[in-house]
Amino acid sequence: MADKTKDEILHDHNHDGIDRRGFLKCMAWAGTGAFCVMQGGVLKSYSLSGLAGSSAKEMKGELSFVQISDSHMGFNKPANTDVAGTLKAAIDKINALPTQPSFILHTGDITHLSKPEEFDGVDQLLKGASAKDVFYVPGEHDVIGDDGKQYLERYGKNAKGAGWYSFDQKGVHFIGLVNVMNLKAGGLGSLGTEQLEWMESDVKHLSKSTPIVVFAHIPLWSVYPEWGWGTDDSAQALGRLKKFGSVTVLNGHIHQTMQKIEGNVTFHTAASTAFPQPKPGAAPSPGPMKVPAEQLKSVLGIRDVNYVQGKHALGVTDSSLE
Amino acid sequence: MKRTVLTLGVATLAILIIMMAGRSTTFGSTMEDKPATQVKIDNFVFSPNPVTVPVGSTIRWTNQDDIPHNVVSDDKSFKSKALDTDETFTYTFTKPGTYTYFCSIHPKMTGKIVVQ
Ligand SMILES: [Cu+2]
Repeated sequence: MADKTKDEILHDHNHDGIDRRGFLKCMAWAGTGAFCVMQGGVLKSYSLSGLAGSSAKEMKGELSFVQISDSHMGFNKPANTDVAGTLKAAIDKINALPTQPSFILHTGDITHLSKPEEFDGVDQLLKGASAKDVFYVPGEHDVIGDDGKQYLERYGKNAKGAGWYSFDQKGVHFIGLVNVMNLKAGGLGSLGTEQLEWMESDVKHLSKSTPIVVFAHIPLWSVYPEWGWGTDDSAQALGRLKKFGSVTVLNGHIHQTMQKIEGNVTFHTAASTAFPQPKPGAAPSPGPMKVPAEQLKSVLGIRDVNYVQGKHALGVTDSSLE
Repeated sequence: MKRTVLTLGVATLAILIIMMAGRSTTFGSTMEDKPATQVKIDNFVFSPNPVTVPVGSTIRWTNQDDIPHNVVSDDKSFKSKALDTDETFTYTFTKPGTYTYFCSIHPKMTGKIVVQ
């Protein structure tokens, strides 16, 4: 990492102890994943498909990781009859990155029906990823029929409660939340009191300059409540992160990229590796969106790229997987 | 106490035998022969909704979506497994009342069965 970058980041323009330039930015999203690079406290994001032109030098940071989401292993309907193939394509993209990510975040709906062979299939494919560490949070499709018992057995060994946990990487504090359990009739995603209380104690000791990454399956902002695209108590979770100058929220669930900036918090949803879903309200229901087979990868690959300087969004760019 | 349980057991057995007998005949009229009331799950909606049926009616839910759904009563008195495309769940309502239910995978999906 260049020293120049470091100097820039350490400069505190507002003299309030919050490093505005240190906000995590993870702005560029591709159909199957986003590649994020931590540079001097700044998280940059590149679309997976647009990386061919990026030099390895440009990609170097203190920390890089990839987010993938909604692989729906086991899905076999016309929207995508080969979800294993498209997950494999996503992994190939990851492996072709000029700078290898330290780890992968999978933001849920690993499987379609929570079947053991579906979990096994994803595990098997991800063994082919150059990044060996994969951090998961469950989607509603991963906890079907057993209240998440199997998910916890597989991925929750170091987790609390229904599978929430935190970890630190290169000074960044990551919080994996579960908002797909104990859902109430008529409601949205839900975190619950126990998890909120855990989260409060988890961040208590952290300095306000610690960059925070929160990842969970269902968006932690109100994307489209009519389709269940939101979390009932997300405001209570974000309220517990108020002191931090940089909070990046990474979600899946809606099978398309979206961004929102609210104060010190940037929200991002990732595309699926399996099939696209319609834009909010653009179809009678949020079911899988069917596109001609030859277009599937291009639809999955459509990405919003969003660079933020300080608190201000500078732009959004679309790119495709192909 | 033991005698009561035994009596109940015998009674249950008797009912079972009667039901089995009913099923084995083509003209027998048992509860199971009544056609189930259909509720389809389509585009993340239960329809028709609400449904009003007499006591003893069976409801059959069929998932017509490409996405799995389930049928769970709010009070957890009945709960289907996840229904993949074209899979069905049936439940017979033996007591009058209003039964609200939802899909616990997509909790925005709610429905109501009124049993009279
Ligand atoms: Cu559902």
